[in-house]
Amino acid sequence: MATELMTSKSYISHHLTNLTFGKLPEGTTRYDGSVVGDGGVWTFAHSSATVNEAATMGFWAINVDTMFWSISLGVLFLWLFRKVAVNATSGVPGKMQNFVESIVDFVEENVNSIFSHKNALIAPLALTIFVWVFLMNLMDLVPVDWIPYIASQMGIPYMKVVPSTDINATLGMALAVFALIIYYSIKMKGVGGFMAELSLQPLGKWLLPFNLFLEIVGLIAKPISLALRLFGNMYAGEMVFILIALLPFWAQWVLSVPWAIFHILIITLQAFIFMVLTIVYLAMAHEEH
Amino acid sequence: MNINLTIIGQIIAFFFFVVFCMKYVWPPITAALEERKKKIAEGLDAADRAERDLLAAKEQAEADMQDSKEQSAAIIEQANKRASQIVDEAKEAASAEAERIKLAAQADIEQEVNRAKETLRTQVAVLAVAGAEKILEASVDEAAHAKLVDKLAAEL
Repeated sequence: MATELMTSKSYISHHLTNLTFGKLPEGTTRYDGSVVGDGGVWTFAHSSATVNEAATMGFWAINVDTMFWSISLGVLFLWLFRKVAVNATSGVPGKMQNFVESIVDFVEENVNSIFSHKNALIAPLALTIFVWVFLMNLMDLVPVDWIPYIASQMGIPYMKVVPSTDINATLGMALAVFALIIYYSIKMKGVGGFMAELSLQPLGKWLLPFNLFLEIVGLIAKPISLALRLFGNMYAGEMVFILIALLPFWAQWVLSVPWAIFHILIITLQAFIFMVLTIVYLAMAHEEH
Repeated sequence: MNINLTIIGQIIAFFFFVVFCMKYVWPPITAALEERKKKIAEGLDAADRAERDLLAAKEQAEADMQDSKEQSAAIIEQANKRASQIVDEAKEAASAEAERIKLAAQADIEQEVNRAKETLRTQVAVLAVAGAEKILEASVDEAAHAKLVDKLAAEL
C-alpha cells in the first residue's frame, strides 16, 4: 500500500513537473546523489522526493516544454489564419474561411460591444488571446499520458503539454496585458492624469494615501487575477485528468469522458474570459474618469 | 511551480504573435468581410430595384392592354357603322334600279300599245272599206270615197 501510494504520488508530481533547462550552481546535490562540480552545470532539471532542481535553478531557467507547446500552438494559429487571410474572398467562402470568419466575427462583435474607442490593436490582440489561449487549453484534452509517454521514449524526462497549466505562461500574457494597460492609461490621460486617477478617487484628495493604496491594489490585482484564473482552472482540470488516469484503465472512461466533455466548456470559457477581461481592462485604461 | 525565464519568453512570443496577427491576419479577413457586406447590400438593393421595375412594367402592360382594347372596340364600331352604311347604300341603289327598270318597262308597254293602235288604225280603214264594198255590192269609187273612209278612220 505504501509503495502504491508512493507511485501514485510520484506519478502525479511527475505529470505536474515542467521540463526545465537551467544552470545548477556548483556544490548542488543532484537527484541521483552526485554533486555538481566547479562552475556549475547547464542541464535539464530532475526532481525526486527530496531534491527539487528546478527550484534550485531559480529565475534563470526556462520551461522548454511550455515554450515549445505555446509557440507551436501560436504558430499553428497564425499559419492557419494567415492561410485563410491570404485566400480570403468576398464571394462565397469555403469551409475553412467560414470557420475562421465566424471566429473573427465573434471576436469583433465582443470588442465592439465593450471597447468604444478607436484602436487598431485591440481586436487583433483579442483574437490572438482567444485563439491562442483556447489552443493551449485544448491540449488538456489530449489524454494525459500520450505525449509524456512518447517523450519519455525519446529520452525526455518531463513533458507538460498544456502551457496554460504553467503559471509562467499565463502570468507572461497577463503581464503583457498589464504593460498595455499602463501604456494606454498614460497615453490617453498623460502621466498626471493617470496619477490623479490612482490617487484622487474614490474618496477625494484628503484621503490621498488611502486612495493610492486602494487603486494600486486594484491595478495590480488585474494581471494577477487574469493569470491565476486561467492557470488555476487549467491546473485543476489537468489534475483531475491525472487523478482519473490513476484508475484501472477499464474504468477510466466512466469519469474521463464526462470530465472531458465538461472540460470543452471550461477551456472555451477560460479563453473567452481572458479575452473579454483584456478588452475590458484596456477599455478602462482608455476612459477618462 | 517556479517563476522563471519562461515568463519573459511567453511575453516575447505573445508580442510577436499579436504583431503578426495585427499586420497580416486581421486586416485581410475583416476587409473580405466588409466587402461581402457591401456586396450583399448591393444585391439586396438591386433586387429591390428589379421588383420596382417589374411592378412598373406590369402597370405599363396593363395600360397598354387597356389602350388596345379601346382601340379594337373603336375599330369594330367603325366597321359596324361602315357595314350598315354599305347595306343602306346597296338598298338605295337596288330600289333606284328597280324604279328605273319599272319605268323602262312602262315606257316599253306604252310604245307597244301605241304601235298596236297604229296598226289597228291602218287595218280598220281597209276592213271598213271592204265591208262597205260588200254591203253596197256596188263598185264604189275608191277614190271618191277614200276621203270619207279616211275621215272615219281618223275618228277611231
